[in-house]
Amino acid sequence: MAVVTRKLIINGSEQEVVAEPTRRLLDLLRSDLKLTGTKEGCGEGECGACSIILNDEVVDSCLLLFGQLADGDRLLTVEGLSGSQVPGFSGSNDDLHPLQRAFIDLGGTQCGMCTPGMLMAAYALLCRNPNPTREEIAVALAGNLCRCTGYVKIIDAVEGAAKRMREGAR
Amino acid sequence: MPTVGTNVSRLDGDLKVTGAAQYVDDIDLPSMWHGVVVRTPVAHGRLVSVKRDPAFDWSEVITADASDIPGKNCVAMIEEDVPLIVTDRFRHIGEAVLLIAAPTRELALEARRHVMVDVEELEPVFTLDDAKAARVLLHGTDNVIAEYTIAKGDLAAGFEEADEVVEGTYSVGHQEHMYIEPQGMIAAPRDGGTFDIIGSMQCPYYISKAMHVLMGQPEEAFAIRQAVVGGAFGGKEDYASVVAGYCVVLARKAGRPVKIVYDRDEDTAVTTKRHPGRVHLRTGVKRDGTITAMEIRFELDAGAYVTLTPVVLSRGLIHAPGPYRCANVHAHGIAYATNTPPNGAFRGFGAPQAFFPLEVHIDRVAAACCLDPLAFRKRNCLQPNDTTATGQVLDESTAGLEVLAAAEAHAHFEKKWNEFAAGAEADGGVRRGIGLAFFFHGAGFTGSGEARMKGEAGLRLDADGRIAVLTACTEMGQGSHTVIPQMAADHLGCDLSCVSIETPDTSLVPDTGPTVASRTTMVMDQILKKCAEALQAQLFAFVAETAERDGAALHFQGNQLMDGTEPVMPIADLVRAYRKERGELTVTDHFELPEHIEWNEETYTGDAYPTYAWACDVAEVEVDPETFEVRVKKMWLVADIGRAVNPIMAEGQIEGGSLQAMGYALCEEHKLDGGRFQTDRLQTYIIPTTMDAPAMETVIVEKPFTHGPTGAKGLGELPMDGGAPAIVNAIRQATGLDIRDIPATPEHLYECWKRQHGAKGYERHEG
Repeated sequence: MAVVTRKLIINGSEQEVVAEPTRRLLDLLRSDLKLTGTKEGCGEGECGACSIILNDEVVDSCLLLFGQLADGDRLLTVEGLSGSQVPGFSGSNDDLHPLQRAFIDLGGTQCGMCTPGMLMAAYALLCRNPNPTREEIAVALAGNLCRCTGYVKIIDAVEGAAKRMREGAR
Repeated sequence: MPTVGTNVSRLDGDLKVTGAAQYVDDIDLPSMWHGVVVRTPVAHGRLVSVKRDPAFDWSEVITADASDIPGKNCVAMIEEDVPLIVTDRFRHIGEAVLLIAAPTRELALEARRHVMVDVEELEPVFTLDDAKAARVLLHGTDNVIAEYTIAKGDLAAGFEEADEVVEGTYSVGHQEHMYIEPQGMIAAPRDGGTFDIIGSMQCPYYISKAMHVLMGQPEEAFAIRQAVVGGAFGGKEDYASVVAGYCVVLARKAGRPVKIVYDRDEDTAVTTKRHPGRVHLRTGVKRDGTITAMEIRFELDAGAYVTLTPVVLSRGLIHAPGPYRCANVHAHGIAYATNTPPNGAFRGFGAPQAFFPLEVHIDRVAAACCLDPLAFRKRNCLQPNDTTATGQVLDESTAGLEVLAAAEAHAHFEKKWNEFAAGAEADGGVRRGIGLAFFFHGAGFTGSGEARMKGEAGLRLDADGRIAVLTACTEMGQGSHTVIPQMAADHLGCDLSCVSIETPDTSLVPDTGPTVASRTTMVMDQILKKCAEALQAQLFAFVAETAERDGAALHFQGNQLMDGTEPVMPIADLVRAYRKERGELTVTDHFELPEHIEWNEETYTGDAYPTYAWACDVAEVEVDPETFEVRVKKMWLVADIGRAVNPIMAEGQIEGGSLQAMGYALCEEHKLDGGRFQTDRLQTYIIPTTMDAPAMETVIVEKPFTHGPTGAKGLGELPMDGGAPAIVNAIRQATGLDIRDIPATPEHLYECWKRQHGAKGYERHEG
């Protein structure tokens, strides 16, 4: 199959990517670009472990094909969440995003397999709603399955991170 | 400052939130190939032939069958009855008939489409009753995989004493672990015909033993190393040896690393599940609410092979009489073979199959003597110096009354019970109910298991100046690799930063035993204390000699070696100095049961567990009377775990286990057709989402384990045991439905309603 080329902005940096148009975005990220932080849990859009952010929207990268992307598309994966790649939230003491810090400190991650996807879904939520209720957090994370936590501490972590960010944590 | 009892942030947290954690599917070794498995297409039969399509180019792939196994063609567990690759007779859908490896997974999958498997079908056995009838034999002469009996007192006399006898049959279905990371493994050949095996596993030494039998090489020929594990819940206890076996056989033939990672549907179709079960209970009770007799028949569907079934049956049966005082008990447990994939370890390990029936039944018994559920349980709850069904005299760590009192205080159970009993409806006409379940869970292996195991662990001085914990206990998300260093630091009396933990790898750590049975915290607590003392004795003797100090007042404090109140040097400097002068130092020790523990395997009497964790779950539900949809509004989770080493992480275990229990109660239904799971994906096997999860209030009670240095008991499995009956009891209060089977899906509740209300009610409802 003929390959196609896309100019993408991946975790803040511009990159020209060449692949078959039928390549799953998830495989492109994990195998070709070695961004293995994004996980595969089911491969059919049920579990949300492969969630990434495409132009400010959370998407399941297992359900998107490379050919569906357009030049200039912005992709954010968990690898881009910490450090300086994320506008507005970088530069805390340990370089972790407040969401990442809160997931560690408040028990939001156990086995960690759902964590990258959870973080991306939570990040997208906080970008559009910096002060969500617990119910709103639950709705935003409804497409991300976790088998370890019972979700209580994940919601605690998103709530805690939102509070910290509103208070100006950077 | 002691760290036990504080919320230390999980030590693997940074790796997990940044995406840097290396799960097996993230590991890419040079020249690694990818493996797939060709499987049996029907539930019972004989393999006639496995043909490779001559039109396909086989030169780019390798295949392996049983002739490529250098040792014994089996996956060794309790018995050696599971073939790794079928050669003749097979007993369930999804057994391996051929292994394929190729440079890419796509090519391996393409090759699999060009293999034709021809079988001769045999009559299958799918139900407990068919297995019991033994017309078709799958195991021995009667299809019985295991059988045990517990007998205490005089059952007939107990029933004679009773004013009321309550009887019922209850059933539970399969449950899928549904860890978010599917099973996966890599085998990589090393020099001299040895192998590295890296992957998603709970018990490295189980794989080591299985590889020894399969490959005909000593265990030392294999370095079994745990990758970061994305959830296990028992599902990666024994099955991981199967995946490792496929990989090692392919890697040996290919002469290069081979990785197998299951797709979700493949994982769900062929890996182990929670045993389905059927339990018949008959209970005698006096009018004042005193239990006088308990008769229990506990039946499990083992699936096709022995695997871990005898142990699951044993634990289930021992927990089946529950946390109740009763002088006359007869409990019989039996497990039968069927032509379904083998059922295995799943959090709770037989106990959830025992507690759903018991705790739903006990509510009926309470009603028979006009007591509310809480009052009845308080009356019959085991207390210190009472004896269990196996005759174990309970010690002062028994916390039944405490957890019941805490449940009452936090959930206001009796107030709500009375309010809802009066028929209170919430807005929109939904019916409300509250229910509870009272339960306990034994920590560690059953009976003399821990004495036989002698789980070993150690401490090692490392070049980085830290003291490393050596243990085969694995981190699967439950937090062991945070809690274990916490306990090590406290037993050493130093800061957590002075301690590290080695990766579970059989070439680096001793055999601590498997990470199962709610044993890790209890077992490691004792071993670490002994190791800390031994290590310090050597270090302090070294300081006394080399620095000419009287060693008597040497101790650790913070990150310093102290002599009385005088800081001597940083611990890291001491570690390095010792290594420089005396060389490497590792101390090891093993777990020992308290001396008084006695268990008789023949009579099934004695001290079944060194200690028990106690719990009471309360669930409040709303049920839509038209659609039978159940909304769990809130769960109160009261658990006595002896000591919470890390309270936030302990709560996380309790909440997570309780949500699995909610799924077990309400929505997790595996449907089988011809021995094949129809619900082999996340679209059809439904686990709870954020939208289903109730509010949870966790209450940790700490009644310490008498023989553990920090007092910690087992925690991992306990939260799976009680959620289902608590929820079903609440649904009964809300609807009046006499539910005996789970999952209680809306469809099942409707069937239940039709049975109870007969044709007239049925027509009215239909109309």
